[in-house]
Amino acid sequence: MYKSSILKAKKTTLLSIFCVFLALMAFSVPSFSQEHSAEHGTDTATTEHVTEAVAHEAGEAIAAEGGEHGGEKAFEPSEVISEHIADSHSFHIIGKTALPLPVILYTDKGLEVFSSEHFEHGHADYTGKYYTYRLIKDKVNIVGVAGELLPAANVLLMHSTLIDLSITRNVVSMWLSIAVLLIIFLAVSSAYKKRNGQAPKGLQSFMEPLILFVRDDIARPNIGYKYQRYMPLLLTIFFFVWINNLIGLIPFFPGGSNLTGNIAVTLVLSVITLIVVNLGANKHYWGHIFVPHSVPKVLWPLWWVIELVGIISRPFALMIRLFANITAGHIIVLSLISLIFVFKSLYIAPVSVAFVVFMDVLELLVAALQAFIFTMLTALFIGASIEEPHADAHH
Amino acid sequence: MVGSIAALGAGLAVIGAGIGVGQIGGKAVEGIARQPEAAAKIQTAMIIAAALVEGVALFGVVVSFMGLK
Repeated sequence: MYKSSILKAKKTTLLSIFCVFLALMAFSVPSFSQEHSAEHGTDTATTEHVTEAVAHEAGEAIAAEGGEHGGEKAFEPSEVISEHIADSHSFHIIGKTALPLPVILYTDKGLEVFSSEHFEHGHADYTGKYYTYRLIKDKVNIVGVAGELLPAANVLLMHSTLIDLSITRNVVSMWLSIAVLLIIFLAVSSAYKKRNGQAPKGLQSFMEPLILFVRDDIARPNIGYKYQRYMPLLLTIFFFVWINNLIGLIPFFPGGSNLTGNIAVTLVLSVITLIVVNLGANKHYWGHIFVPHSVPKVLWPLWWVIELVGIISRPFALMIRLFANITAGHIIVLSLISLIFVFKSLYIAPVSVAFVVFMDVLELLVAALQAFIFTMLTALFIGASIEEPHADAHH
Repeated sequence: MVGSIAALGAGLAVIGAGIGVGQIGGKAVEGIARQPEAAAKIQTAMIIAAALVEGVALFGVVVSFMGLK
């Protein structure tokens, strides 16, 4: 009956900020494509770019469906699937429209910003202020005067003339999940402040069992009595992974981008675990690694090697587990849909779609389960690092 | 030979996952049959162990991705 005005205000302001952000994204892209200065493009520029995008999307869609038009290239399932699970410089909306995203490059000569519109899905080069750029397999490369290619820096190729900081589809998807998380949790926490001492109501009563689940079944049994310090981290990891998995399962805009199936994202999450576990560890943890009393001294070097590899391999397993599970789920769904195009018959569609619905339900379970496993293993490692020695320990 | 050898590797890795998760499921069902009131705890432990075993099998799948031409 009494709806707190603060609760309403927070939700609507956040939602309006989010809509403004979406609108800004759509309209500020032409500005990047024209000039380096931050002026907003005119309306005609926007429609011009959209029609360009429409024409090229149509061409690609026809080529991808293949077979029906003579002379088009045949349908390559592995190509289409790897294109869908990889990152992209444009956000495909529906049918023939795509939202071109800004390409932000930090070259050794300076910062370069333009719209990915100019690449025309990899068919055209773009000459920016400093270099000429080409999109090869959806990665930006510099094209030299003799046609040689310099790829952008990545995890393996650190020192390069080109550092790609573009706003890609994964970044936009992450912003979307951040917005969802902020809206939900700011609403819930303000409701708790407003309704102090009263029974939870509405969104509160939906989130409360989940938060208590993380506290009572993940944090407290694994970490012990100091669990409160780590609750923010565990809650963030749990809900961030879960919501990103769920957004990846939505087949239409703005969902559908394979964020937690991107190894860079899971790498960062596992590096966070690595840092928290090892920087918060107490003397007994490091003592057990470097000065193990129950091991004969001859074997100590071997012990050090094994333990140090263990420190790296546990977060590494976390990273691979989440990445592989989510990517495998997406690949299964995409393969079942491409069955329709491989057989070139519409009668496969009911069977294929039924299978896909079943796999999607399984993927819902996997989304929640992988979030739970990641959080639980993080809590387990944290607990192991801050564990007090038992009363009857020999050291 | 048609196709790639990477797919063979992935298939072998999945054999391990199948055996592992099958064992987990079997033992869990036996445990529940012995003590039905512990069903919830056994189920939780089974799900956690299954996710960990799947993780190992997916290591194999990821390596086969990397070997794909």
